[in-house]
Amino acid sequence: MLKHWVRMAAVAALATAFGAQAQAPIKIGTVLSITGPAAFLGDPEIKTLQLYIEKINAAGGVLGRKIELYSFDDGSDANRANSFTKRLIEEDKVDIIVGGTTTGSTMAMVPLVEKAEIPFISLAGAVVIIEPTKKWVFKTPHTDRMAAEKVYEDMKKRGFSKIGLLAENSGFGQSGKKESHAVAAKYGIQIVADEMYGPKDADVTTQLTKIRNTPGVQAILVFGFGQGPAVVTKNYGQLSLKLPLYQSHGVASAEYIKLSGKAAEGVRLPAAALLVADVLPKTDPQKPVVVGYSKAYRDRFKSEVSTFGGHAYDGLMIAVEAIKRAKSTDKAKVRDAIEQTKGFIGTGGVVNMSAKDHMGLDLSAFRMLEIRNGGWTLAK
Amino acid sequence: MLITAAVIALLPLALPNNYYYDVAIRIGMNAAMVVGLNLLIGYAGQISLGHAGFVGLGGYASAILTSRYGWPPVAAMLLAMACVGAIAFLVARPILRLRGHYLAMATLGLGIIIYMVLVNESSLTGGNDGMQVPPFTLFGATLANERAWYWATGAVLLVAIWVANNIVDSPLGRALRALHGSEVAAQVAGVDTTRYKVRVFVVSAVFASVVGSMMAHYVGFITPQVSGFFHSIELVTMVVVGGMASTYGAVVGAAILTMLPQVLSRFEGYEMIAFGAILMLTMIFLPRGLLPTIAARWRRS
Repeated sequence: MLKHWVRMAAVAALATAFGAQAQAPIKIGTVLSITGPAAFLGDPEIKTLQLYIEKINAAGGVLGRKIELYSFDDGSDANRANSFTKRLIEEDKVDIIVGGTTTGSTMAMVPLVEKAEIPFISLAGAVVIIEPTKKWVFKTPHTDRMAAEKVYEDMKKRGFSKIGLLAENSGFGQSGKKESHAVAAKYGIQIVADEMYGPKDADVTTQLTKIRNTPGVQAILVFGFGQGPAVVTKNYGQLSLKLPLYQSHGVASAEYIKLSGKAAEGVRLPAAALLVADVLPKTDPQKPVVVGYSKAYRDRFKSEVSTFGGHAYDGLMIAVEAIKRAKSTDKAKVRDAIEQTKGFIGTGGVVNMSAKDHMGLDLSAFRMLEIRNGGWTLAK
Repeated sequence: MLITAAVIALLPLALPNNYYYDVAIRIGMNAAMVVGLNLLIGYAGQISLGHAGFVGLGGYASAILTSRYGWPPVAAMLLAMACVGAIAFLVARPILRLRGHYLAMATLGLGIIIYMVLVNESSLTGGNDGMQVPPFTLFGATLANERAWYWATGAVLLVAIWVANNIVDSPLGRALRALHGSEVAAQVAGVDTTRYKVRVFVVSAVFASVVGSMMAHYVGFITPQVSGFFHSIELVTMVVVGGMASTYGAVVGAAILTMLPQVLSRFEGYEMIAFGAILMLTMIFLPRGLLPTIAARWRRS
């Protein structure tokens, strides 16, 4: 054992002695919303980046070079994200940018990275980031459209075609509503009732009753985030509705089951593998990645993992893999390598990028879950 | 004025790369806006906690007219100025009858209303996710790089200072200072206080609108955050830190508060604490603002 340590130390000393002279560090830049309204997204993201860059450096770095993180907080303000991106490019001269918590911040960064020709992996949700495809811009999170599609796929399997949509009057809910309408026809789904509720509403029985009384309606889809969907579920239980209830990935947290109580039994929703790490079958290709990430994050920060931190993990790892394959930090080569990412297993799914698809996720990134006995199960 | 022009002309010699140009441009834009706001707060003694709303209106008017309706940017900017001026005029009459806390509340509400409209009218504004803005063109030439924007911003700032100085030295400026001292006394002396307050409110709103338009074109993207409450507070802070009732103080305040977040960003996590401490210390030791206090010291010695 001692011998082993001595050898390790010697190797490390040698590596640093040579490395320090020959190898400049790899500079990864990031602008995240660590404070402000989007802080609940940006906080796990920066923690994840710091944690894993530390791990990578402790294991010897990439291509024998250490990684240096240049991070800035945009305070959830797109205008500031734009300014800090300029700083990363002009002043810090970073090799690659991983970041952009919100869609607004990302879109304010896009023109700069396109002009400076620097690879950029965004951690924000909306489809506009990668549609139309931009040469230097990639992203890791799945889109709201995919969530809607996953739900429709399941509905089709169960033979539903006429549904009631109940969307939250918030950024998340409205984006979900738009995408739900956009892809409905593709799955032969007809939205026969279209209702809205506010994120702070204490009662939505009126909307639910209206949906129930719509002729021909077969199922309900709720698109919301946080407390609202739990209120909907409770009301759904009080009205003893017989229509199957679907929720979006916005409620995929233990908190939702706790808040909704018994009414949540039988509710189905699409969710990223990361949230159900424990119930995934052993054969699942994502199992080792999501279990490993959850454990590392929990051990260090003593708090629950969220998909957002997972997006940062995916972004960083895709960047690191690409740099390894490109064998350099040459920006054009790294960009090409990112675009050629195939079969990368991340927390968000299996990533297969192409010249046309700068996200690389398909519907298998989502799992259809059903709530049974107050816990998650994989729906059949 | 000459000194400012000289600083603007010579500053590029000290700017090593585009990032520094970017900071200088943002300082210039904020300064032009704050010079306008200073007329309202510093000279007339009226508070506005919703001024970022006008920045947002100007920016979004430019963004929507140019990107969705294909208007030339200059025309869009001028129409934005006119519209914002008209809106400011309409709301100013009832709002500026209020004083003290009530005025603060009313302007706060105004800013929040504008913010909510920008967030909710997502078919037009893109909602929370914002919208893209085409580059600024003038007679076929595009302001493409930081250098071009630097000179354009410098010119706008000089015009802003010139306009502000002229207003301060005009009868309007004297009336404003009179009503700052005592509104009742000003009224007794025959000053139509409401009319003057409305006028200066409109002028400062138009300043904000112009800068909002420029900022939108410069960044190439706009989100409702520009009209948010915190941006309003930031603007008021620039006036207070730099020095109330001092046009050049406003410029200094804008420069300091635009640079501070950039300088402090290396403190990661502690920057807000440092920021708050600097503001508190300024208020305690330099209650009249940076520039007037220093000027007074200079004169005494």
